[in-house]
Amino acid sequence: MSGEIQVTSTTERAEEDDEAVTPVGRTPEPQAPARTPKRTQGGVLNVFSIGILILWVVMAAGPLIWVMVNSLRDSADITGTPFGWPTSLSFENFTNAWSDANIGKYTLNSVIILCGSLPGTMLLGSMAAYVIARFSFRGNRFVYLLFAGGMMFPIILAVVPLFFVMDNFSLLDTRHGLMLAYIAYSLPFTTFFMTSFFRTLPGSVAEAATIDGASHMRTFFQIMLPMAKPGLISIGIFNFLGQWNQYFLPLALNSTEKDKALLTQGLAELSVNQGYEGDWGALFAGLSIAMIPILIVYMIFQRQVQEGLTAGAVK
Amino acid sequence: MANDVRTVDRKPTGPTPVKDEKRTGLGDYLLFALTLVLPPRYTPERVRYDRRYRTLDKYRFISWFLLVPLIIYAILVISPFFQAFYYSLTDWSGFSSDFNMVGLDNYSRMLEDDDFWASIRNSLLLLVVAPVITLGLGLFFAFMLQAGGRRKKSDAISGVTGAKFYKVVYFFPQVLSVAIIGVVWGAMFDPITGPINELLRTFGLGSLTQSWLANPDIAMFCVLFVMCWMFVGFYVVLFSAAMGSVPKDIYEAALLDGASRPTTFFRVTLPLIWDTVQTGWIYMGIQALDGFAVVHIMTINAGGPGNSTLVTPVYLYKKAFDVGQAGYATAVGVVLLIITMIFSGIMMLLSRRERIEF
Repeated sequence: MSGEIQVTSTTERAEEDDEAVTPVGRTPEPQAPARTPKRTQGGVLNVFSIGILILWVVMAAGPLIWVMVNSLRDSADITGTPFGWPTSLSFENFTNAWSDANIGKYTLNSVIILCGSLPGTMLLGSMAAYVIARFSFRGNRFVYLLFAGGMMFPIILAVVPLFFVMDNFSLLDTRHGLMLAYIAYSLPFTTFFMTSFFRTLPGSVAEAATIDGASHMRTFFQIMLPMAKPGLISIGIFNFLGQWNQYFLPLALNSTEKDKALLTQGLAELSVNQGYEGDWGALFAGLSIAMIPILIVYMIFQRQVQEGLTAGAVK
Repeated sequence: MANDVRTVDRKPTGPTPVKDEKRTGLGDYLLFALTLVLPPRYTPERVRYDRRYRTLDKYRFISWFLLVPLIIYAILVISPFFQAFYYSLTDWSGFSSDFNMVGLDNYSRMLEDDDFWASIRNSLLLLVVAPVITLGLGLFFAFMLQAGGRRKKSDAISGVTGAKFYKVVYFFPQVLSVAIIGVVWGAMFDPITGPINELLRTFGLGSLTQSWLANPDIAMFCVLFVMCWMFVGFYVVLFSAAMGSVPKDIYEAALLDGASRPTTFFRVTLPLIWDTVQTGWIYMGIQALDGFAVVHIMTINAGGPGNSTLVTPVYLYKKAFDVGQAGYATAVGVVLLIITMIFSGIMMLLSRRERIEF
């Protein structure tokens, strides 16, 4: 389709090149016939492009929907016939996954870790960012670069020494140890992001607070932190998803005791066990338990989630 | 009052703001030092009414706020980073505390390690191909959503109807854990119960059915596909946002000049959002170099069959935690870091061009 339109455009351009002032009578002439095909071709293009767009909707959501539908079917039905509707409404798979495969316990473990690591990350990250952004002191630049440099840094390189550092502090296979590791590896980006956010906030409000006799602490907690709320929400969502979905750190630092495994580890384990037992139903139910809450939360806060997750790359 | 929420039991390193003063004795210095570690409420009277108190207060605040984040960060991130370089020169097994310096032996051993080279080959394949496909699809979809719609009279460009819906759905894989994605696609590729083979059978293409992950020739492409699948949505949203910030009148001008949609894309949109594309490319490259979770969860024996899907991070992990060659594993990590840095450097050099302000 583009060919035709380009032809029109080149002729038009050629005309303009010939004479700066195009004769008035001639201009509508090439455009009039071009209009009609343009519209129909636009239609063809639209059908084509919308077809591709819809195809990718199926690709992106299809596997997830397939898993959710199958989580309601009997394991015996699923094997060999991947497509089909549940014959009877039973949540047996879900109870199997929740209690027998311990998905419930793993979810709780993940929640507990997150309850410590997420507030910790946000608090420590914004504290460091606030000081870096709003106070001048010797070493300010150095501290900033120290945090910013950490963003480029792959966890995989540090994992072996980290394992033994944690071991020396007897933090291995403990909840607080894992929380600290999550916090430490979320700090670079959190600090970097919040620093640039605090820099955009007007200084006059903090000055007014100081004149009114507020201490530095009070200015931070009662004035600046509330003002930084949009930034905190973005980075909070980013950290929430990043930490909730973390697979590598728990695998390396938290894999000896099965009782303490997190949801991501539990799912990987379930997938391996399913291979031996052929219990597809429980596997799909486990997956559904893990993804439905996240997807619901995402759909409610989709704008914030999209902004929060892409904020990192835009900066 | 939030003044006394935390006590710090270490003397912070912030320099005490003491300049030459008439009556500054040793006792005063001690008082200043004491003030730095005590909560503001317990500031000695004498210090509080000193004229240097304001500076002292500032440094007290700075050091208190930086202390905890910096200690955690230094111990768990900075120090392992530097230790990695050190351990990469040793023959440390990881199980015992004694090891010898072996110089660059680990690195020369890598040169003859076939598994290592297989992993590098696979990682480089991901590094080169995954960003091209992902960013290409991302740009295409984003442009469709932003400018693919029927031309309305009032607007130079308009998105397709339901653009928001597409974006929401495309972003699904991005909010899910890689662990979930690995397991879901492991099931998708299952030769008997997986829907891919079933679809092929339904459409009479039964000859194309595969045991996808068990075929060494195909398994790596499955990994590549899943990596791209995961990230396309992210780039659609990212590029849509970037395209949305391009002023409409530029498109209007292009339309008046008779530019077709492909021309508009390549001559107007792409140059204007090039910065974002470049950042996205580097980001995607780093993600592709990782690829740990997908391979570790989805493929047979984490990197199999054979070593056909082995990527470098998985190899490193196996060496460190399965066979107890921590020294060698860190050396592999150092090589991986070098590759990452070379890649970022090349990308920055290649794509450097004048920034267009709009």
